[in-house]
Amino acid sequence: MIEFSLDKRSGVATYMQIVQQVEQAMRLGRLGPGDRLPTAAEVVGRLAINPNTVLRAYRELESRGLVEPRPGLGTFVQRSLARPRDPALERRLASWVREARAAGLGPDDIRALLESALSGGLTGEATA
Amino acid sequence: MNQDFITDASELALEVAGAGLRYGRTWALRGCSARVPRGRVAALVGPNGAGKSSLMRLAVGLRRPDEGHVTVFGRPPRGANLARVAFVAQDKPLYPELTVAETVKAGAALNPHFDTPGARRRLDDLGIPPRRTVRRLSGGQRAQVAITLAIAKRADLLVLDEPLANLDPLARHEVMEGLMAAVAERGLTVLLSSHVVAELAEVCDHLILVSRGRVQVAGGIEELVSAHRLLVGPSGTAPAGAYDVIGSSETERQTTLLARVRGPIHDPRWTTRELSLEDMVLGYLRAPDAVLAPRPVAL
Repeated sequence: MIEFSLDKRSGVATYMQIVQQVEQAMRLGRLGPGDRLPTAAEVVGRLAINPNTVLRAYRELESRGLVEPRPGLGTFVQRSLARPRDPALERRLASWVREARAAGLGPDDIRALLESALSGGLTGEATA
Repeated sequence: MNQDFITDASELALEVAGAGLRYGRTWALRGCSARVPRGRVAALVGPNGAGKSSLMRLAVGLRRPDEGHVTVFGRPPRGANLARVAFVAQDKPLYPELTVAETVKAGAALNPHFDTPGARRRLDDLGIPPRRTVRRLSGGQRAQVAITLAIAKRADLLVLDEPLANLDPLARHEVMEGLMAAVAERGLTVLLSSHVVAELAEVCDHLILVSRGRVQVAGGIEELVSAHRLLVGPSGTAPAGAYDVIGSSETERQTTLLARVRGPIHDPRWTTRELSLEDMVLGYLRAPDAVLAPRPVAL
């Protein structure tokens, strides 16, 4: 069962944090088709947030076609977002992160670099 | 506010319409109007002496309004309808000499539909020892016992006066976890008063702000927050657009307005910023005369 956590300083709305955490867990294969999401009561009993926030997140996931409510039973993951794992690719990334850390980069620097690479802004050439 | 959304009056857990309450010759509340739809968790916020406790006393039927009217699920809070309301006063009145188990028994003896197994289970889940006397419980445990009794009464509206006062941060979090779980499981409506606005943002979805005996602003938190903006522009000017100013401050260089906007602000010299719940509430508290509540209903 997935457990949610909240970052109160992120500026991301609480319901959206829940949406993102479910999607992330689905991408990483930690949640797959048929898995049940925690009930609103289970979530708010740990996070002390308004139950409507959880229901709103689940409605959003439903409208994205990712989960399906089954009355009286709960909310279930409908499909898989996980790609088959590629150990070689993961190994190279882990080793790159180690190098970046060794070079003195912090998590935010690393994320910024990754974002830049994803948007095609990294050429590997030195700029003046 | 939201009149289209609420078509059936019974879907309102609480309606206060033009209500006033007098102690002797002094009005504690005057012309107060607010509605809390069923299933909401409403924060009752305001400075000390603003009328929060008076409004709660009206909601739970401890007093009848001297003007206007108050209904709970469409009927006045008296007689049989009182069974639908549970009230936990700020001092959490429990008998200090009774054990937790005896307190549950007393609750069962005093309330016709009391859920004794549910109360025992809840206290057990919370790890509260049944044989301990109330006197020897921590503040957080006492709050949990009082809230458990209120829930076991099978009320549909829970009214809590400062449930978090005098609790440490961990106990506050635990009390809120338990309360929110009960809201999710039972579809309860909650009205709770508090001083600490920052703590309410995640928990509450409805706001009633009282000041000087009047409801200053009331409604769904998301709608309210998204309707308010901070406007910053050159001093001595005002932006073009449809808005109501709640409060303003002025320096030599610039004017800052807290406004409820009714449309876009088209003025290139002015910047608009979104507000947090806390900023909005503080803005109203700083301007106690600004009123933005539903108009009293004509009788």
